[in-house]
Amino acid sequence: MALKGNLRDFSVTQLLNLINLARKTGTLTLEGPNEAAWVSFREGKLIFAQLGNEDGTLTGILLKSGKITAKQAQLIKSHAGEKSDQELGLMLINAGYLNQHDILANIRQYILDIVYRLFTWIEGYFRFDADVLPPDDRITIRLDLENVIMEGSRRIREWEQLQEEIPNLDMALNFVDRPGANIRDVNLNVQEWKVVSYINPKNTIRQIAKTNRMNDLEIRRIVYGLLQAGLVEVVRPVGMPLPPQARQLPPVNKEQQASLVNRLINRIRSL
Amino acid sequence: MQTVKMVVTGPFNAGKTAFIQAISEIDVVSTERKISSEAERVKETTTVAMDFGRITVDDDLVLYLFGTPGQKRFDFMWEILSEGMLGFVVIVDSARPETFREAKGILQTFRAYAPTPYVVAANKQDRDDAWTVEDLRIALKLDRKIKMLPCVASDRESVKKVLLELLYSILEEMKEK
Repeated sequence: MALKGNLRDFSVTQLLNLINLARKTGTLTLEGPNEAAWVSFREGKLIFAQLGNEDGTLTGILLKSGKITAKQAQLIKSHAGEKSDQELGLMLINAGYLNQHDILANIRQYILDIVYRLFTWIEGYFRFDADVLPPDDRITIRLDLENVIMEGSRRIREWEQLQEEIPNLDMALNFVDRPGANIRDVNLNVQEWKVVSYINPKNTIRQIAKTNRMNDLEIRRIVYGLLQAGLVEVVRPVGMPLPPQARQLPPVNKEQQASLVNRLINRIRSL
Repeated sequence: MQTVKMVVTGPFNAGKTAFIQAISEIDVVSTERKISSEAERVKETTTVAMDFGRITVDDDLVLYLFGTPGQKRFDFMWEILSEGMLGFVVIVDSARPETFREAKGILQTFRAYAPTPYVVAANKQDRDDAWTVEDLRIALKLDRKIKMLPCVASDRESVKKVLLELLYSILEEMKEK
């Protein structure tokens, strides 16, 4: 089954939320107005990203981050020959140029920089190909998407998007009971912690904003991030009256009602 | 003669008319009109007031199925149609993510009109570009407790399964009360 569509209808944040919650493995291809990007995941964790024709090899990443000079990059390339990124990394570690931590930190930052840029893409198409992974010769990492989504949400400037996702500030929030969803593992800033500390079905989003002296945009952006990271859910606040009940089934007696529904069930089964 | 009704709702071109047509014992009384808006011209006609199907249960019980108009400008009909309903089915076109946001909105609106049981039918599951039921559940932010069923609205067996699941939900809710 395909997973494709337009970024205008389903944003990058929503896609990452889907990949995270469904623990998907595969590659997401994004075609923006000017360039394309590929982001790969294993069981819902971010492992790799490539933007357009950028040199995403280990040499290219180290050059971009300033860890090596252009001359050194050229030298490495001429010496490395057909070596994979893993072999090349090992060669650099053994030669004492870099340690493993340096290499992984640079790859991690390179991947995150690409993904954070993608949050600003609001035009273009997406397609997710299940089980398609980056080439074997690339070094992959493993990053929790909750933190990535939170950081990406901080960069959202589209009021409409936030308004659509959180139309009613008079609703409350509750922490989700999902394996792996632990708020303590997520890097939150001070403002976000202030909001988190008031999350409780008794407090509406509006009340939390007022207590923390936040405007609508500020509170929506934080709540949006927490929602998309799958850490909280919107719930009806404690004490909020339920909508008026619809008129009941014609027979008021409970047994008669059940009998009527059973007759409907039998009839539809027989069709 | 006792009559009960269920409502079939969902975004424009989700498959509501086909759903009712597949199960109704009468030709669906449809109020379709040619589409005037270019933006919505993915099909030739659309429902402007309601679709209406019937299933006779026995001599003194009839089930009516009402399909709501899909276009936003006819949403004044929704509240009228939802009054006194036994439950409702929200049909989502699994192959058109551009309609998911609207589906969420319709779902919330109907929940506000009447907190009766409902199920979500992920229609057009026979198409290659259909999203899976599990992906759709996340996209629509549907709670695990809400039944979401794969569906092909033109297939009677598929429609039967959806309606039966709705009736089971209604029965369960009665027992809980």
